[in-house]
Amino acid sequence: MKRALTGAVLVSCSSAPLGVFLVLRRMSLLGDIMAHAILPGVAAAFILFGMSIPVMSIGGLAAGLTVALLAGVVSRFTALREDASFAALYLIAVASGVLMISLHGTAQDLEDILFGDARLLDEQILSLMAVISGSTLLALLLIYRTLVVESFDPVFLRTVRGNGGVVHAVFITLTVLNMVANYRAMGTLMSAGLMLVPAIASQFWTQHLRSMLALAVALAVSGSMLGLILAFSCNLPSGPSIILILGGFYLFSLLFGRFGSVRARYFPFRHFSR
Amino acid sequence: MSITINNLTAGYDRHPVVHHLSGSFADASLTAVAGPNGGGKSTLLKALVGFVPLMTGRIDFGGIKSDDIAYLPQQFEIDRTFPISVIDVVLLGNWSRTGAYKPMGKLHKKEALDALAEVDMAAFASRPVVSLSTGQWQRVLFARIIVQRARLILLDEPFAAIDGHTTLELMQQLKQWGRNGVTIICVMHDLNLVRSHFPQSLLLSRELIAWGSTADVLSEENLEAALERRGSWQESLERCEINGEERSA
Repeated sequence: MKRALTGAVLVSCSSAPLGVFLVLRRMSLLGDIMAHAILPGVAAAFILFGMSIPVMSIGGLAAGLTVALLAGVVSRFTALREDASFAALYLIAVASGVLMISLHGTAQDLEDILFGDARLLDEQILSLMAVISGSTLLALLLIYRTLVVESFDPVFLRTVRGNGGVVHAVFITLTVLNMVANYRAMGTLMSAGLMLVPAIASQFWTQHLRSMLALAVALAVSGSMLGLILAFSCNLPSGPSIILILGGFYLFSLLFGRFGSVRARYFPFRHFSR
Repeated sequence: MSITINNLTAGYDRHPVVHHLSGSFADASLTAVAGPNGGGKSTLLKALVGFVPLMTGRIDFGGIKSDDIAYLPQQFEIDRTFPISVIDVVLLGNWSRTGAYKPMGKLHKKEALDALAEVDMAAFASRPVVSLSTGQWQRVLFARIIVQRARLILLDEPFAAIDGHTTLELMQQLKQWGRNGVTIICVMHDLNLVRSHFPQSLLLSRELIAWGSTADVLSEENLEAALERRGSWQESLERCEINGEERSA
């Protein structure tokens, strides 16, 4: 339990800020796709080397980056819209991953990889999570200013010759890395949830980026802790428990948030005198 | 120190939009770029700022470096729902001095606030940009250009969807820049505005129709020629052989 909580807090701190940028850059779907895209890599590593976490993580990272690259190439050179290319690619990735694991492993292996289990976290995975989380936060600090401008005014960034391309590539790599960190606890199917749901909920409460980032982290940390406590006390799977608690935060924000919520829309506060 | 364009052709995917354009913008001049839709006005600005590669010709910037160029695209190209405050947008004008890492200090902040005051937006400094009207947003972007301290300013329809009062105030800012020695090239649709405020004009309809003082350029004949030229170019897809060089056009 203590290990699971530590792990959840670690990945929450780095996943949630990435999620905020994914949402603001209208790339939420890409986050979801990256989460699924790591599956064939994890599966291939599993077939070749068994349940070895470092190798499976490297496999996942390689597969995720390959799909990101492929999606970029496909959308650049074909007439299809980007989201359509992404959808096709990630469905293929999931199908091949599931097939590979089913052919070579047990039903339990498949379940562990797809849905994860925070109870399986050991020292090795925890240190991997700590390294990924720490380096993600450091990298985000380094690219922060450029990433903000790239997200909101890419034309300006080009005129001042900021390094938008490099920053974009770093950002995508960080996203895939965090999916790899998340999947052991939450499963490949749900690892995007920890990244995206708190980020989406935070949009309803503030129009300032720094508070949005802080709120998303706070929601991710508290949601994953509550979810884990729920999972342990009622003997439920950890990934879905965490995501459903986060989903509760989202619904609450959607209904009662300060900006763009149902409450703000239909029951506005009294306006100022001027 | 003027900016000289020599035989410039630029466009997309082998289809030139601006065709064999030559001429020059005098130092500290205020020039309107007019012409029909699809006539190449925006493409000319993008070629000047280096976003569109040149198919032929070259541009001599007369000592102006790329750090000295400010470019404001049409409004829709910036995501105005992004959670960023007005002052932070204006502070970005310092990029050529701070880059991606150097911290923004008190001096930077004071300069940004002064720039906001010049466009009458000082009271909005800490507001998120999503709360601004179109006119207020354009004022903020002008403040960012003030902070950029550019020597060449390229504006793409800066007054589209802006009310008359704001337009006149921003026009004063253009003239202020001109007095400070800044060269301004501004894509314009409203010919009345051009006639009353811009000393120089460039009429573009894929090819140069006229370039010079506004009164001469915006004559009836020239405007008609601009419209006609545009129609005929749609169908001609042979290779271009202007100036003796064979070009895939």
